[in-house]
Amino acid sequence: MTSLPSLPTEKKLGLVIDLDVCVGCHACVVSCKEWNTGGYGSACSDQEPYGRDVSGAWLNRVHSFEIIPEGGEVIGEGGQARIVHFPKSCLHCEDAPCVTVCPTGASYKRASDGIVLVDESLCIGCGLCAWACAYGAREMDLAAGVMKKCTLCVDRIYNATLAEEDRIPSCVRTCPTNARHFGDLGDPQSDVSRMVRERGGFDLMPEQGTAPVNKYLPPRPRTALAPAPMPQEGEASPEGFFGWLDRVLERL
Amino acid sequence: MHPASSIIVFSTLSGAGYGLAALLGVGLLDAAAPATKAAHLTALLLIAAGLVSSTLHLGNPRRAWRAVSQWRSSWLSREGVLAVLAFVPLVGVALFAWLEGRHPPVLGLLGAALALGVVYCTGMIYASLRAVDAWATPLTPLCYLLFALSSGALLAAAFRPSSTGLLALALLALGAAWAAKLVWRRRMFGVTPLSSPESATGLGELGRVRLFEPPHMTDNYLTREMGFRIARKHAAKLWRLALLGGGIVPAALLLLALIAPRPVLAGVVAALAAGLHLLGLLVERWLFFAEARHAVSNYYGR
Repeated sequence: MTSLPSLPTEKKLGLVIDLDVCVGCHACVVSCKEWNTGGYGSACSDQEPYGRDVSGAWLNRVHSFEIIPEGGEVIGEGGQARIVHFPKSCLHCEDAPCVTVCPTGASYKRASDGIVLVDESLCIGCGLCAWACAYGAREMDLAAGVMKKCTLCVDRIYNATLAEEDRIPSCVRTCPTNARHFGDLGDPQSDVSRMVRERGGFDLMPEQGTAPVNKYLPPRPRTALAPAPMPQEGEASPEGFFGWLDRVLERL
Repeated sequence: MHPASSIIVFSTLSGAGYGLAALLGVGLLDAAAPATKAAHLTALLLIAAGLVSSTLHLGNPRRAWRAVSQWRSSWLSREGVLAVLAFVPLVGVALFAWLEGRHPPVLGLLGAALALGVVYCTGMIYASLRAVDAWATPLTPLCYLLFALSSGALLAAAFRPSSTGLLALALLALGAAWAAKLVWRRRMFGVTPLSSPESATGLGELGRVRLFEPPHMTDNYLTREMGFRIARKHAAKLWRLALLGGGIVPAALLLLALIAPRPVLAGVVAALAAGLHLLGLLVERWLFFAEARHAVSNYYGR
């Protein structure tokens, strides 16, 4: 059914991504592809994997943005701009337009935990859901002709055959800096909800009216740099041994 | 947005087919005339060809029948349902014309309503996408409806060129359609994008956001499908071509048909006008996709 659940879902499972901590290593991207190419649904195929025009279906991507403050300059010139690594996957929106546009019922949002999924056996590969998604969270698998998207590792999080600590999405399990967190954002007492409250977590493109479940934590304010990070020649006189050496050399 | 040729051909051809079928359904053509029988066949063939073409861009065309199931929420599904439903009265009206040479008014009106309903749904598929600023306006279905009517009316006029009223109607529809399209296009250039790189990343508080490094070095599905770009000067040229070839020249030809001394001559001129209009519409439809910018471009610095 592509009508959205009428009531708020019992749980709102999702991710909280800490932009302050992410170092842009792309480990989550690779582990996501690795897990999902052998997991739920068809493999995430690649086209021309060893050719000139490599491309393929990935469910998680890391962009890097440069943020130039008001009056600031581009990095390398003024040194004031900052780089923020920005992982992006499906936000499992509460008002998911990708679900309602689906003509076949392949796209759906689960009433139990709010995960947005694609039933690949119903998908005709029309691509309209990818057009409806403002976030670019859906990518067509060109080999299978069906739409792929983040499943929140639905085949891990409830998987009793895995060790307890592995029952989280692959990207979260892999992240070496702990920038990714998984939990129930519908429960105000959950770790992720507390994190969002304390750090001022925000939605991406709230103006699109999609009410994303996933939240992003902003980069913390940067430590103020010294006015001149590199001391100029002759500015400061050295002390101790180097000071003595300096004075001796001066006299020579 | 990537202009898939199958969708462009579909919406242009079946749009014209539905427009012609609607006019036939209303009974604007003499049901006893042999030309009207040919007009019915043309309308049904255009619709069918368009629908077949529309399945060509699917990843799994053999499952296309499933697309009629989600009419409660999906405009694409509603389009499919109405397209199937419309065939019943439209074929019925055509059979009446072919076998008995008369026009059944109730069935005809039902067919006309359903035919225009399909076109409205086509327009709404695009108008309902908030992620594409150029499309998310009620003007989108209006343009689709008016272009279906204009191309249908031009075809109808070609099949019955002796009717001054029909030629005048075609001229009126042509003017209305391009006028609406001009307003649509002016809005597209003037509209403030709903989202920006700052809102897409949520980092606007810190400053101006610019893509530093893309997540992948080569194109992917998203950049191919949503990040389609054309040189602005080509877009402007193509737009002028569409307007001239699909609007101004057909209008001049219709005026010529109005004053043509013989119906045969008027028919040829009107047919030429209809053909040119359809060609112009193909260009217009291509631009409809190619010029539309998707919100995901905010993540790709496009």
